[in-house]
Amino acid sequence: MSAHLHAPTETSAPAAASLAPSPAGWRGLVADWASDEQAFHVSWGKAMMWIFLLSDTFIFSCFLIGYMTVRMAVTVPWPDPSEVFSLTVGGARLPLLLIAIMTFVLISSSGTMAIAVNFAYRRERVPAAALMLVTAALGATFVSMQAFEWSKLIAEGVRPWGNPMGAPQFGSSFFMITGFHGLHVSAGVIYLLTVAIRVLRGRYEAGGNYQVVEIAGLYWHFVDLVWVFIFALFYLW
Amino acid sequence: MASGTGQQHPIRLYLTVWTLLFVLSTLSYLVDYFHFYGYLRWSLIILLMVMKAGLIVAVFMHMAWERLALVYAILLPPLSLLVLMGLMAIEADYTFGTRMLFFH
Repeated sequence: MSAHLHAPTETSAPAAASLAPSPAGWRGLVADWASDEQAFHVSWGKAMMWIFLLSDTFIFSCFLIGYMTVRMAVTVPWPDPSEVFSLTVGGARLPLLLIAIMTFVLISSSGTMAIAVNFAYRRERVPAAALMLVTAALGATFVSMQAFEWSKLIAEGVRPWGNPMGAPQFGSSFFMITGFHGLHVSAGVIYLLTVAIRVLRGRYEAGGNYQVVEIAGLYWHFVDLVWVFIFALFYLW
Repeated sequence: MASGTGQQHPIRLYLTVWTLLFVLSTLSYLVDYFHFYGYLRWSLIILLMVMKAGLIVAVFMHMAWERLALVYAILLPPLSLLVLMGLMAIEADYTFGTRMLFFH
């Protein structure tokens, strides 16, 4: 809560601070390490979301670097993603069509989320919640298309330990990276629905603080950001 | 823009970035569609990827308006991943060499 952001902690007057006994136990541990200082002048919620996203950056980067490592080390041809992920529409074979549509869906969901934040700060909670629900719906569409893509590949014989197109590491990289990303999108849909319903019910009206929407937006844009890297490094490379 | 409170920016800016992301994504799709290969392909992919990531982080995630203390705390640590990438590239190169030597 940003209302407590600059509130004094244990002692109210600076003169009393040196005389007052330090709190013991866990409270004391936190007080000692925090030293009553605040490094980031944003709400704790935003700071913590950013730190979580930083840790998530490392997780996804480790996956992508692992993928780079196995792809560089294979001695058999790597399956051509352009071919593997092509769709046949009306007799014409279009490379990466589904992936391109998924990319546009996810970018659009980021767009609606950004605008939802704007409405939320103007305390227009109905359009804000509606835009968040649109964002969640686009996210669900993305996951559905991913489920279709997975089913198609599994039907074609792609497994984490091998596939008919080439290097066996293709399957494990694909399922691990896109699966973990899809899990993030699914969690994000639930997260957005939760916040949207709270906004709609007027839970934040009393305090008038709608930063929860911006923080949920940070998570959602991060999911889009990760997809930018997956799209470039896994599908296009 | 005070960072202590919320980040509020005009909708027009978000719509502009949205459009730009669509254009950049179309361009990166066209890289594959027109079968660019080799260094041209890789540099275009990286360039478009970095531009898209930059727009999302700077505008959608409001990093352009946050205080520098937060910006550096979040954006600098991932650079250490470049070291990991370098080490793993060397490792992969070695694995590849060993495989070629003993299994081919």
